[in-house]
Amino acid sequence: MTTTTRRSQPVGSPVGERTPRRRRWPEGRASRAFRWLSTGAGALILLVLAAVALFLMIRAWPAMTAGGDVLADEISWFPDDSSLLGFIGPLVFGTLLAAALALVIATPISIGIALFISHYAPRRLANGLGYMVDLLAAIPSVIYGLWGAIWLAPRLEPAWQWLSGTLGFIPLFAGPASDPPRVILTVAVVLGAMILPIITAVCREVFLQAPRLHEEAALALGATRWEMIRMAVLPFGRSGIVSAAMLGLGRALGETMAVLMILSPGALYSFNLLRAGQHQTIAANIALQFPEANPLGVSALIATGLALFVITLAVNMAARAIVARRKDFSGAN
Amino acid sequence: MATALTGAPTGAAPDPSADTRAMLAGTDRHRRVTDRVMTGMVVLAFLIALVPLVSVSWTVVSNGIERFSPYFLSVSMRGVFGGMDAGGIYHAIMGTLLITAVAALISVPIGLLAAIYLVEYGRGALARWVTFFVDVMTGIPSIVAGLFAYALFAVVFGPGVRFGVVGSVALSVLMIPVVVRSCEEMLRLVPNELREAAYALGVPKWLVIIKVVLRTAIAGIGTGIMLAVARVIGETAPLLITVGVIDSINFNVFEGRMMTLPVYVYRQYSQGLAPCAADATDCITTINYDRAWAAALTLILIVMLLNLIGRLISRFFAPPTLR
Repeated sequence: MTTTTRRSQPVGSPVGERTPRRRRWPEGRASRAFRWLSTGAGALILLVLAAVALFLMIRAWPAMTAGGDVLADEISWFPDDSSLLGFIGPLVFGTLLAAALALVIATPISIGIALFISHYAPRRLANGLGYMVDLLAAIPSVIYGLWGAIWLAPRLEPAWQWLSGTLGFIPLFAGPASDPPRVILTVAVVLGAMILPIITAVCREVFLQAPRLHEEAALALGATRWEMIRMAVLPFGRSGIVSAAMLGLGRALGETMAVLMILSPGALYSFNLLRAGQHQTIAANIALQFPEANPLGVSALIATGLALFVITLAVNMAARAIVARRKDFSGAN
Repeated sequence: MATALTGAPTGAAPDPSADTRAMLAGTDRHRRVTDRVMTGMVVLAFLIALVPLVSVSWTVVSNGIERFSPYFLSVSMRGVFGGMDAGGIYHAIMGTLLITAVAALISVPIGLLAAIYLVEYGRGALARWVTFFVDVMTGIPSIVAGLFAYALFAVVFGPGVRFGVVGSVALSVLMIPVVVRSCEEMLRLVPNELREAAYALGVPKWLVIIKVVLRTAIAGIGTGIMLAVARVIGETAPLLITVGVIDSINFNVFEGRMMTLPVYVYRQYSQGLAPCAADATDCITTINYDRAWAAALTLILIVMLLNLIGRLISRFFAPPTLR
């Protein structure tokens, strides 16, 4: 079992470290300036992240301090007799629901693809296949939205009819299914396609790092290929799979255009996946209302954006923390 | 071993090794079937993933090719209304190129310097935090980046601010972490021997970085930047709320709304079917959708071109060891 320590060991100057700092000073001055410049750039990134939180907070403040009745008076689309939290609640619910559904659809498929590329496909093909999946990530989200709304939705409609017909007794699929299917399940399918590449990429990396000796030992003991994967590869990759799924979740939570172009919006706490006008996500709601909103409306929208930022930040930090615990592996490479 | 067992004489007593022999001779049916089924599932998963890829490319090309013409690429939407068989995306292409170029101008220096910091200087708490938060930052939703840029500029210019640079700032929030990540990867690939050789000759550290490390990794850095640009050039949501929409050409990123290609696609889609009089000759009901598809085709071509350029840079300019 080989563990690479590439990441944990900085490659920095092995010489400059031991020699005392003082050199001939014209060079020293340039070196120091350059060091401060690049350190500053590193610190700037932290600063930007802090600034995102700060400025969203400043802009959201008027809406957060205004009462529900004031908001309802000033903003045309704000629900009556509701507070800001009452407004954000259904949006958060819709966002989480769409992202969770997308995750349920995408994760098993991604694991399958990753296994196919890492353990089933012929070595020579594997790289090309991986590149093809990466191409999925290169397609802009607005094109997914266009494709989902015009091409995919009419083709999913019979499937949703069938689903509500046969499984309609489960509240999730209670009919009648809306036609056209501008429903959250269609959105989830498109979001699933959009997060496939990132989950696949991370899973593939982990599966390729499964210890070769364990795999060979399993095969030598007479295990079939699937048993080998179940005994040697999947247990090794479990934390990787979890963090991959969370990265995908983070991506799905913030996705705007596909939702905006496909979903017919509503603001309910509803688990009815096949009916239109029940759900809306934070991101799509911002994109929909922002261009026409008055100052207080913008402030309320930024407050919802702040909620989205906090949610995705928490999800991503958890995912990255899991990845970082495995020192030898980073999702980005 | 197996032959010896199968050749063993079978006496009156039941052979205790019969089970063992069966297991050695072959896997049992259940396990074999499970293996086959799982192989089928894995292959199926891969085929499912090809469905969106193939159908997205096919629908975009087949729907977009009809309206995709030099005329479409060279005119704006000024004075185009209803179902007129006219209008193009020149203003949107220019807007996209200008805004993305400014975003690249902001993010490349910051991202590259931050990567240099992480690889060449980074030690201790600050480096750990930067690494961690660069990863976290790649997950910021694009619409939040747009809101941030709006909030930032609204402090100075007042509410309702909309011009090109605001969008560029939003895009650079999304682009910086990507640039840092890919540049960092490339800088780490530079062999340590090169640095040590330069230090041994008495070259100061900053010159080593500029003349040796960066020069060795330049092709990889170019590839990374191209891929980062390709990543943000298709962003829609932040531009929708920071730059707005407009029908005419605007080259000035510091003043006035601009159209961008992804926003154009959305805008045309959301306008829906055009109303046409029954006897109108110069009126196409689906004109807005047609334009949306053709603009989507242009956008995909631009993204693919950037990806291709990125790969070609590293193929032709990288030193053999770093490919």
